[in-house]
Amino acid sequence: MLEPVVIGVITFVLASFVGFEVISKVPPTLHTPLMSGSNAISGITIVGALIATGGGADTLATVLAFIAVATATVNVVGGFLVTDRMLGMFRKPRRPAGEEGGER
Amino acid sequence: MNENLRALLYLLAAVAFIVGLKRLSSPRTARTGNIIGALGMLLAVVVTLIGTGVSWWVVAAGIAAGAAVGAAAALRVKMTAMPQMVALFNGFGGLASALVAGAEYLRSDPAALPIETITSMTLSVAIGAVTFTGSVIAFAKLQEILGGAPLTYRGQRPVNLAVAATIIGLGAWAVATSLALPFWVAGAVALGLGVLMVLPIGGADMPVVITLLNSLSGLAAAATGFVISNSALIIAGALVGASGVILTNLMCRAMNRSLGHVLFGAFGGTVAAAAGAGGNARSTSADDVAIALAYSSQVMVVPGYGLAVAQAQHALRSLTADLEKRGVRVVYGIHPVAGRMPGHMNVLLAEVDVPYDQLLDLEQSNAVMDRTDVVLVVGANDVVNPAARDDRTSPIYGMPIIEVDRARSTVVIKRSLASGFAGIDNPLFYKDGTAMLFADAKKALTDLLGAMALV
Repeated sequence: MLEPVVIGVITFVLASFVGFEVISKVPPTLHTPLMSGSNAISGITIVGALIATGGGADTLATVLAFIAVATATVNVVGGFLVTDRMLGMFRKPRRPAGEEGGER
Repeated sequence: MNENLRALLYLLAAVAFIVGLKRLSSPRTARTGNIIGALGMLLAVVVTLIGTGVSWWVVAAGIAAGAAVGAAAALRVKMTAMPQMVALFNGFGGLASALVAGAEYLRSDPAALPIETITSMTLSVAIGAVTFTGSVIAFAKLQEILGGAPLTYRGQRPVNLAVAATIIGLGAWAVATSLALPFWVAGAVALGLGVLMVLPIGGADMPVVITLLNSLSGLAAAATGFVISNSALIIAGALVGASGVILTNLMCRAMNRSLGHVLFGAFGGTVAAAAGAGGNARSTSADDVAIALAYSSQVMVVPGYGLAVAQAQHALRSLTADLEKRGVRVVYGIHPVAGRMPGHMNVLLAEVDVPYDQLLDLEQSNAVMDRTDVVLVVGANDVVNPAARDDRTSPIYGMPIIEVDRARSTVVIKRSLASGFAGIDNPLFYKDGTAMLFADAKKALTDLLGAMALV
């Protein structure tokens, strides 16, 4: 049986390679939505924040957990919303698959 | 919920993030990609809430507060202010990760924790804290609460390195002895390091800072994933970390500078304007430019952050719409560091309804330069400076530029001959094919549109 930390390291390394592959295909035009969108994804830490609210006895831990839930939610809700707002502005070309600079 | 099922559902959420990012490879699929990512997040939250013994009122209060603030900010922010908002959100992400690790530490008996868990907690707290304060400073600079000029002092580099070493030392101490004091002090010192790291960095280097903080917020989330042994956090954190690293690299290459030089160089905005080197600049009028534009077959607009500062995007769009009606092909040449964050200029142009197939990147712009009749440079300076290509003694030598001097003619809209962020004189202004239209960007574009009516 592998230690959890080893499984974690394996996951992290493989996910990093997936990340490099996927993100290097994002065109410069979408780099700002990429940043706000990946920002929203880093709000996944909300999972840890939610679990941490179950601390019970320790008041300070509960306070920290509350702030963590709130800030992570700002990240998640704000990040996905603003990304959607931006992507909604990217208008289709009028000429379908036109001359140079069209489909890539 | 069965723990195995739970783990598989977290994996599904992580897959949704990957699919979502993959769909960002084209503007056509990007919007649904973002929605898929958001659904993945929703799934992760629901899976967490079922049967893990969360405190419901704390959760409800936290989510209500966070959602209200996040939604209000996201729906109200101006596109010109996007960099500071992303910076601030990065900071929140870092803070949340640090707090989660802190709360987990408080809930557990440090002496009973395995060494790898304390290590992860320390990493999470330290990286999260640096991300938080660094982002707040970056926000304050971009929002112009703090001055954009770098704040420097002698011995900055050794001081920052010493502070970073102190954090590592305290962290190692906390891990080795399970003592609480070094753990918390490491977090506090990391808060200080974030401030010290970003304060000296000048306005023009902000794109690099934001991408770096983006990367760090991902790494903080991944470290938190190790603390709570959760694959969704580890995968998502690694994805965001990779994204930030890629963009940081791109920005550094676009400025021909190393990350170390950005972090320790204090470049932007320090150097006084160099003495005017190259003779006389030719001044032109809106009427002359309007005629040249109207009789072109291809016009390239090279926008810079000055366009956003002058709020001239709408005026620019009116002008280019008029040109397109006359059958002129209009493209936009966008340098990677033209805005305050990667892709910023593209968003500003998309907002005024420029179709995305007209937005050319650096290589595409240079490839069509020979076929371009008139280049209109609006609010950009260093990114079109031929000294970066020709003058070995120039501080920006080697930086890739949009080679507007290769077009048949170039019109630079600028208020004066003052130098750009890098404080470097621009020989472009004195070239034979270049004409200067001295005016505020918005006024110049409005004048041009008026002059077009008479052509």
